[in-house]
Amino acid sequence: MLHIVVCVKQVPDSREIRIDPKTNTLIRQGVPSIVNFYDLHGLEEALKIKDEHGARVTVVTMGPPPAEKALKECISLGADEAVLVTDRGFAGADTLATSYVIAQTIEKCGKEWGPVDIVFCGKQTLDGDTGQVGPGVACRLDLEQLTYVGKVVQVDPNARRVTVQRFLEDGIEVVETKMPVLITALKELNKVRRASLPGMIRAARYKPIVWTTADFPELDRSKIGLKGSPTIVAKTWVPEVKPANTKMLEGETPEALAAALADQLWAGELAQKLGL
Amino acid sequence: MSEEAKAKVDEMPDWSAYRGVLIVVEQRAGVAKSVSWQLLGEGRKLADKLETDLLALVMGDGVGHLAEEAAYYGADKVYLCDAPELREYRTRPYSRVCLKLIEEAKPEIVLFGATGTGRDLAGAIATHLPTGLTADTTALDVEAPPSRLLLASRPAFSEKMMATILCKQYRPQMATARAGVFQALPRDTSRRAEIIRIDNPMKEAEIAARVIDFIGDSGKVNLEEAEVIVAGGRGLGGPEPFQMLKELADALGGKVGASRAAVDAGWINHDHQVGQTGHTVRPKLYFAIGISGAVQHTVGMSNSECIVAINKDPDAPIFQFAHYGIVGDLFKIVPAITAEVKKRRGALVHE
Repeated sequence: MLHIVVCVKQVPDSREIRIDPKTNTLIRQGVPSIVNFYDLHGLEEALKIKDEHGARVTVVTMGPPPAEKALKECISLGADEAVLVTDRGFAGADTLATSYVIAQTIEKCGKEWGPVDIVFCGKQTLDGDTGQVGPGVACRLDLEQLTYVGKVVQVDPNARRVTVQRFLEDGIEVVETKMPVLITALKELNKVRRASLPGMIRAARYKPIVWTTADFPELDRSKIGLKGSPTIVAKTWVPEVKPANTKMLEGETPEALAAALADQLWAGELAQKLGL
Repeated sequence: MSEEAKAKVDEMPDWSAYRGVLIVVEQRAGVAKSVSWQLLGEGRKLADKLETDLLALVMGDGVGHLAEEAAYYGADKVYLCDAPELREYRTRPYSRVCLKLIEEAKPEIVLFGATGTGRDLAGAIATHLPTGLTADTTALDVEAPPSRLLLASRPAFSEKMMATILCKQYRPQMATARAGVFQALPRDTSRRAEIIRIDNPMKEAEIAARVIDFIGDSGKVNLEEAEVIVAGGRGLGGPEPFQMLKELADALGGKVGASRAAVDAGWINHDHQVGQTGHTVRPKLYFAIGISGAVQHTVGMSNSECIVAINKDPDAPIFQFAHYGIVGDLFKIVPAITAEVKKRRGALVHE
């Protein structure tokens, strides 16, 4: 049976974060935590493969203990097992350190429950926003990597091949490769199902498996948390856009305003440059 | 040297073996992505400030002409890997070539376009090296020698803030950078660069991935390349008025853009979004219609050569960034502008 691991992250709903205009700092109070929605599309695709071919779906997350809530949500949707990797030593990790711990976790999942055939990650998280952890994990585990996947065309467990559509800026690329593979999910991939009642009941009773650094005897401590993170945030600021020397146009009627604007545009080089 | 600069150097390992700024050129079917030339333009500034070479890496099949193009756009030295296995982008062979070159040439900075391909490649390489990688930068600078640190700045917290990110303890310093943010140098065909051919270390039999098909431009808007953008926001009140914007865009030979508010409301799809979570654009002419001018929008379009704002609220922040402002009812003014543009362009105006 296929073993699919889905990486998820609990993130603050960044759409709800605002800036305090007086202090130029983030207002995080009252911002709800959600499961990074790209990850949910990864989970949905894993569950679809499970429905079609049969599979064991393991969800993993790295985060503080409250991230357990995100795992329960995944269980309510139909994941078989969920692992929370949590330790103070993991705090402050950038994408390199994060991909190290996630890769170690997936490797351990493979040892516990059988070799991993497919890993799903969201294309990026809403808070970190880098899209780098997926490729990082694939590289560390030596998996084939298919990023920005908007459609899974075929999963063939016997031939051990996967065909997907990658949605890129200039078009759609259809790519086939072999398992084990890591796929990063776009929201176009599918429509996330709703939790079923039995799923919700199971989730309410479910206790996620918790792993800490103690569960990884081989873990290289120099590669985790702040210490294992090459990138450092040196400063943050609220961007200001340089104000232009605005000319307000006047006119009694819309036509007069339109003519005033056209006079300006056609007076300079702009109209010529644009071939107008 | 200031105390601060000295402290910085003291805590850094000796990186003197690493020199040069490397731009990884992205292409499809022998056509380079414009972000590659934009990065060469920005890379030129960084290399000059560091008093080092600007390097380019061109990978593909039948892409020798791009090595010369890279010189025209500012590279001092171009590494060219031209091999049939590189006809289409695939992570493994491309990352193998990159890694081999980085190990041999030892650039201190490596930049990729923040495209699907650029992010895919950079993420794999940074992990393999390993080194730090800053995603989606929109501003780049370097500290002058001796620290030579790359100051890579990017939007953070859902583009509400900017953050400057450093990588002190590893080399090279890597970043992906957004299209449309930086400016390419004028193409100068008298410029020459040393072109160094490098081998592709991976044979086809070792590559599992196959690109079966490529479905090109499926009517997607390419805002980054547009010279004129007519963008609408919350003030439009619904999806229908975007048709009115399209008519103005058509009259000017431009494309329709949108603010995040309009996209989030479901009036138009995300392809059209201008701003930090959407496209960063630098057209010659930008219309901001019914857009208040929140910072996440303005940082995505403020590099436009000429900005025209139309809004009923005279206090809308957009008027601070616009070159021309019109206060009034956009539903009356936009059609009037469309008619005026058609008149001036000599097109027939159908009533």
